[in-house]
Amino acid sequence: MDLSLSDEQKQLQESAERFSREKYTFENRRKIVATERGWLPENWAQFAELGWLGMAFSEEDGGYGGGPIETMIVMEQFGKGLVLEPFLPTVVLGGGMIARAGSADQKAALLAPMIEGKKQFAFAWLERQSRYNLADVSLKATREGNGWSLSGHKGVVYNAASADEIIVLARTAGSAREPKGLTLFVVDAKAKGLSRRDYPTQDALRASELTFDKVSVGADAVLGKVDDAFPVVEEAVDRAIVALCAEATGCMDAINAATLEYIKTRKQFGVAIGKFQVLQHRMVDCFTNAQEARSMTLMASLKIDDKDPMVRAKAASGAKVQIGKSGKFCGQSAVQMHGGMGVTDEMAVSHYFKRLTMIDLMFGNQQHHLTRYSNLAMAA
Amino acid sequence: MDLSLKPEHKAFADEVRAFARENLSPATREKTFSGKHYDRDDHIVWQKALGKKGWLAYTWPKKYGGPGWDVTQRFLFENVLAEEGAPRILPFGPKMVGPVIYTFGTEEQKERFLPGIRSSEVSWCQGYSEPGAGSDLANLRTRAVREGDHYIVNGQKTWTSFAHWGDWIFCLVRTNPDGKPQEGISFLLIDMKTPGVTVRPIIMTDGAHHVNDVFLDNVKVPVENLIGKENEGWTCAKFLLANERLGIAEVPSSKRGVSMLRQIARIEPQDGGTLADDPAFTAQIADIDLQVQALEMSELRVLSAMAQGGAPGPEVSTLKVRGSEIQQRIAELTMEAVGEYAQPYQPGMLFHDTNETPTGPDHAPPAAPRYFNMRKTSIYGGSTEIQKNIVSKMVLGL
Amino acid sequence: MDLAFTPEEQKFADEVRAFVRANLPADVRDKVKNGKHLIRDDYMRWQQALGKKGWLVYTWPKKHGGPGFTPAQRYIFENICAEEYAPGIIPFGTKMVGPVIYTFGTEAQKEKYLPAIRESTVWWCQGYSEPGSGSDLASLRTKAEKDGDHYIVNGSKTWNTMGHWADWIFCLVRTDFKSKPQEGISFLLIDMKTPGITVKPIIMADGGHEVNEVFFDNVRVPVENLVGKENEGWTCAKFLLANERLGIAAVPQSKRGVEALKDIARVEQDNGRPLIENQSFAEKIADLEIQVTALEFTELRVLSQMAQGGQPGAEVSGLKIRGSEIQQRITELTMEAVGEYSAPYLPGLLWQGTNEEPVGPDYAHLAAPRYFNTRKTTIYGGSNEIQKGIISKMVLGL
Repeated sequence: MDLSLSDEQKQLQESAERFSREKYTFENRRKIVATERGWLPENWAQFAELGWLGMAFSEEDGGYGGGPIETMIVMEQFGKGLVLEPFLPTVVLGGGMIARAGSADQKAALLAPMIEGKKQFAFAWLERQSRYNLADVSLKATREGNGWSLSGHKGVVYNAASADEIIVLARTAGSAREPKGLTLFVVDAKAKGLSRRDYPTQDALRASELTFDKVSVGADAVLGKVDDAFPVVEEAVDRAIVALCAEATGCMDAINAATLEYIKTRKQFGVAIGKFQVLQHRMVDCFTNAQEARSMTLMASLKIDDKDPMVRAKAASGAKVQIGKSGKFCGQSAVQMHGGMGVTDEMAVSHYFKRLTMIDLMFGNQQHHLTRYSNLAMAA
Repeated sequence: MDLSLKPEHKAFADEVRAFARENLSPATREKTFSGKHYDRDDHIVWQKALGKKGWLAYTWPKKYGGPGWDVTQRFLFENVLAEEGAPRILPFGPKMVGPVIYTFGTEEQKERFLPGIRSSEVSWCQGYSEPGAGSDLANLRTRAVREGDHYIVNGQKTWTSFAHWGDWIFCLVRTNPDGKPQEGISFLLIDMKTPGVTVRPIIMTDGAHHVNDVFLDNVKVPVENLIGKENEGWTCAKFLLANERLGIAEVPSSKRGVSMLRQIARIEPQDGGTLADDPAFTAQIADIDLQVQALEMSELRVLSAMAQGGAPGPEVSTLKVRGSEIQQRIAELTMEAVGEYAQPYQPGMLFHDTNETPTGPDHAPPAAPRYFNMRKTSIYGGSTEIQKNIVSKMVLGL
Repeated sequence: MDLAFTPEEQKFADEVRAFVRANLPADVRDKVKNGKHLIRDDYMRWQQALGKKGWLVYTWPKKHGGPGFTPAQRYIFENICAEEYAPGIIPFGTKMVGPVIYTFGTEAQKEKYLPAIRESTVWWCQGYSEPGSGSDLASLRTKAEKDGDHYIVNGSKTWNTMGHWADWIFCLVRTDFKSKPQEGISFLLIDMKTPGITVKPIIMADGGHEVNEVFFDNVRVPVENLVGKENEGWTCAKFLLANERLGIAAVPQSKRGVEALKDIARVEQDNGRPLIENQSFAEKIADLEIQVTALEFTELRVLSQMAQGGQPGAEVSGLKIRGSEIQQRITELTMEAVGEYSAPYLPGLLWQGTNEEPVGPDYAHLAAPRYFNTRKTTIYGGSNEIQKGIISKMVLGL
């Protein structure tokens, strides 16, 4: 048992921290939000150059042999800066599923260029009715000659507008909500019959609604085994959850730091408001919440490579519960202690608050994961 | 970073488990799992066994007769003992006064007092709080006046846990009434058999007798029982409090509490099934389970930082805060699980080995008393409010 | 004591419902029902209809042109308006400055201002908070200096709600810098068309514009616009704040909010079933509903005391605290019900009423902005920390 970072990991932490601090000042970020893509290609190129896009992949897959701890380190710093580049959909989700389920050809065609910064992905699983059930998928893929034809709808697909390939979860057999009978397809983002409606999200990311109208793909578009995608997706989503938790931890550090600074300087009744015990204790609770969030994120990052899927699922759900709870507490408290300023667009806190709020809703909120964890724990 | 155990650590855990099974009396073990109160022998017999093995003062460095374990070994030792139903080690000797003596004491004091602590031959208790000095500890008024080779001590200590079992008491006393409150305090060791020491029980809301008032009436204490310098006892006091806060989170016993709670839920009937079928209730268990895990990871992070040379900082206060809330929550949920059968009050079942039959299931009688009793955890060792003040000032700079 | 309505009250309820159905413009009702943002004209059309009926200033005594409703009638009126999706009455004229004028104003002021408030032909806004004085209102620095028949006003006000739609503003200004902060404040009515007034929007976290900063640069205000005595404006301010806290609990709106939440939970899917069948979620709604009921009965108790001649005391601060927390909880659960479809941000649809097609169901895009925006309720009208300070001091005597 060892909870200390290696020297390489400390260096990674420093360079990610520097990136967020220098490239993601409040004003810079505002400008990046206003660009057409909503993120900067030069930043993405820098990620590739620094090796961040390949760090978590094995050397045989063309990566640098790191793992969830490296992802945690970088995501945490991304959270501090509210970084907008689509690392989660492209690297953690897309790259993760290709590395886990892809053929040698797919890895060569997709993973290698992704690590070089030349390909981006989006993961389309959610549908209007799905809520947090990953198997609640009705977009249909039917056999068509040697290949497949996809028809249906996908919602809130992050990074779809910038992605080169969309990784689509489709039903190839079975009834609604049955885990068996789901298949992953890699679909060219410009495929005929695929239409998009793009929009920004509450926290200034980009997402889209996708409509598939008889989109034809070849047999080689299948990622992994036909009808058997569910375990791949579940694992990828659990890994994405852990990465999101790390991002949330960074957000909490930043929002707590901003609030602490504010209550030390804002004066009312002749003193800094941080002299009032009500606010002091609330600030301490924020600090404790962030500590717990960091602890659970670390726990989950250390367990997410476990061989036992039950251990992985419990770790991811456990961390997500903590992040939901702590994120809400820190976010709401930051706004409250900032007073009216906390809900204005011009203060950084409101942006962290929005991101923390959206993180809770992604891939299952606190309640969902509490139920999931509870069921797993009672089954044990 | 790595959570997995090396083979030598696995072997160590097996050794601890085997030791516990060999040496822990079945009666004591049974009391742990049924939630009954321990008597003095439950603690002392077990602690002497640990002492013989050299494991009682397990947090001490080798130099002072500790086993010199690393963070992982400590973690395993605490967890295995909790799983095996061992009573917690009474902290007053091995975790409180012991480290104070080997850090601030003279060579003579170390030789005189440390062996009795390591072997559990001598039981200690703590004389800190006073009727007028609770959260505001530095306000204490028990006086020690130098008279030749002795201090004459007069005053009253309260909330003294297990003073009725104690051979010795370590006390904070005022040696200088002038100046700032923190500056006139000294750290004194007092033999409980000295004339003028009187112990009076305080009976708690659950009917239990753990704590006492201790009256000191012209008690003559040799000056060689002073630890550190006169009027500099506050340094020892703070050192002790920071150490105390770390272990006080009680993570291993909370883990045991969660698994006992799940057991109870599987037994308690509800709607023709058991309470374990009620998702609203099991979700509450899951929630507390996760809180325990978060606390455990936080504590491990602190221990890991300490292993690399850091001292426990004021942020351990947050561990104490969360640890006490968690202990309370487990007690609350356990009582909720028992439901209406938590109502009968059966003191015989709690305190004595009577043959009385419990009104409901075996686990029912201790549920409510334990809930009432656990309210103390957010009060003792520096209340939650005081801990938050410490963090606010020392960590956040407010 | 009796919870049932008398036949007269029942008749009154029918009358109110019939009136609302006949007079609330259908497009306004739809906007409220669908949670869309209202524009000035939407409010005005409805308020003027109420004004014509004599019901706009339903809290005013008969003597000043109010309907003289009993507490039961007020309750019925507020609840039916909410049930029928009427917009909330803008309080600045009717509930804030109006009562200040009829309590502290001269006969001439009453004649000049009250009719237009009763009929909603003039839109009022509030000039209280300043950049440097939020919770500490009495530290305000906007100054008014006497110059013959006028005050010359210089300074700025912030968090000014809907000032961009207003004809008049009532302001707290400092007329004396020498005495205690509370003692040099005056209550002044200012025409928003006076030269020297600039309104600058503040954009909120949800992208919306409802509040402003208002700048005063040598604004000339006739001395007859002073309400009460010079330097005694703090009395008016406190009177107004206590009145404000009462309505601020927004119980009827919260009741409507809970119903709307249930409607959404009946439509939203969870594992192929309506979300409302999810036990955990249903329990959260139940918990919220119980909180609303407790708040409603507390408010009814206060109103009943007032009907017997009492003034709203400091305990109404408790209503504001719980009311605001409940409003927040409704938006939080609504967002939870909508789930990931809360993520799309559609400012056009949200703010400009464009014909943009919503993403997901109609209500989805409103959920997150509402949640963000409603964080203000525990801050405005005296933050909840301030309210607790008031209760602690004025009610509990701490």
